[in-house]
Amino acid sequence: MLDKFVTYMAIPLVRYAFIVGVLIALCSSLLGVILVLKRFSYIGDGLSHVAFGAMAIAAVVGLADDMVLTLPITILCAILLLATGSNTKIKGDASIAMISVGALAVGYLLMNLFPTSSNVSGDVCTTLFGSTSILTLKKEEVVLCVVLSILVVVLFIAFYNRIFAVTFDESFSKAVGTKVNACNIFIAVIIAVIIVLAMNLVGSLLVSALIIFPALSSMRVFRSFLSVTIFSALLSVACSSLGLILSILYPVPVGATIVAVDITAFIICMIVGKVTGRG
Amino acid sequence: MALLKCKDLTLGYENIELVKGLDFEVNKGEYLCIVGENGAGKSTLMKTILKLRKPLAGSVIYDDGLKSTEIGYLPQQTIVQKDFPASVYEVVLSGCQSHLGRRLFYNAADKERALSNMKRLGIENLKKHCYRELSGGQQQRILLARALCATESMLLLDEPVSGLDPKVTLEMYDLIRNLNKEGITIIMISHDIQSAVRYSSHILHMGSEIFYGTTEEYQRSDEGKKYLFDNNGGDHNA
Repeated sequence: MLDKFVTYMAIPLVRYAFIVGVLIALCSSLLGVILVLKRFSYIGDGLSHVAFGAMAIAAVVGLADDMVLTLPITILCAILLLATGSNTKIKGDASIAMISVGALAVGYLLMNLFPTSSNVSGDVCTTLFGSTSILTLKKEEVVLCVVLSILVVVLFIAFYNRIFAVTFDESFSKAVGTKVNACNIFIAVIIAVIIVLAMNLVGSLLVSALIIFPALSSMRVFRSFLSVTIFSALLSVACSSLGLILSILYPVPVGATIVAVDITAFIICMIVGKVTGRG
Repeated sequence: MALLKCKDLTLGYENIELVKGLDFEVNKGEYLCIVGENGAGKSTLMKTILKLRKPLAGSVIYDDGLKSTEIGYLPQQTIVQKDFPASVYEVVLSGCQSHLGRRLFYNAADKERALSNMKRLGIENLKKHCYRELSGGQQQRILLARALCATESMLLLDEPVSGLDPKVTLEMYDLIRNLNKEGITIIMISHDIQSAVRYSSHILHMGSEIFYGTTEEYQRSDEGKKYLFDNNGGDHNA
């Protein structure tokens, strides 16, 4: 079995998949903690559908690199959802649902009206579940992913204190003069970037799992924000690595396997939390 | 010189005026309680003082070099905080965020300030505890310590005792009175009119009739007598 693993790891495409997979797991888990706490768990789902819609448009228009269209559209929607916050006429969950369902429908409609290949439902399935795309990454995509991931991690560490303060108590932060709106837009942009990246790994439908599970698992066991964030990142990297290894060794889809491992980890953490009396 | 002066303030939302012609001032070392029925505009007034929203008319003036960002604010607790995984120290330290300026991380002075305010409120032994696992009274102390990190001079408290049991409520009031004796100016929204009269130096009553004056004047005034009587009859615990 080890031989098989070593043989596979010698293939550049597999190594690329590994690098990208681990980095995305790291970034999404960092932000997952904030999203779960802000009651925005579903934004991952909503934005991933937006990204799906944007990818469909990119495919129809015939853009070679759909990132050019997907990233700006998703960032825009993320800002609309997160930063306008409580002042809108249509409230939080309804606006997420609206944008999410709308984008999904328009995307699917476009793919059917202007089919770019003979197998439309196969294409949709691939986009939604990210079945094999991670194993067909190009070198440029890997470089882009590495650069963006490093940027996200550095920014997260740099603004860690402000992110914590704004997430914990927005009105207090506003009262003492912290630029809460700027901070919310900043968080929204980072989230959008990560979701677009993550779609390459697990596909639209499973992006949410990658954002939510490590954060929730970590919250079962740890008590301070710092330890929750760090453990969430470590756990996410570990789960994704395991999921990737399993999908290399056995004929199972990458995305679903990673999520299955995440679910297992969540159950273990829940038990540990109960036993130590912290859950 | 008044620390804070509100001149001819009109508060409300787009088309609805909640309060008109609000005039009062707060001097250093005073203890002002804002009382009145629900929907009278108490919280709106507090947000206006903190510059979180603009008044429809009139102005809020700060003096003696006080800035709106140097007021320690104790907001009402939100649902988000109820299950937030954060240690007590992390929460109190976040009170120093206005001192960050362009810095990214808290420095030794910020950490020292957080620790000394925890000692001041007798919660230094809770430093490593998880905020969500503590009792309501302890959580309020932690948020008060955080507010103290942001200010040297003025605290704004939005119903600091709501949801606390009688014993803890009394402790909280004592704590606030001691801070007031140390020279910190207090502005507090309260539903508990009996305690408001017992502890405060000034009262601002908001409602169909507006009253502003010292607590003694309030107890002699018609609004005060009526409100005190109404609330005494209905609430024997107060």
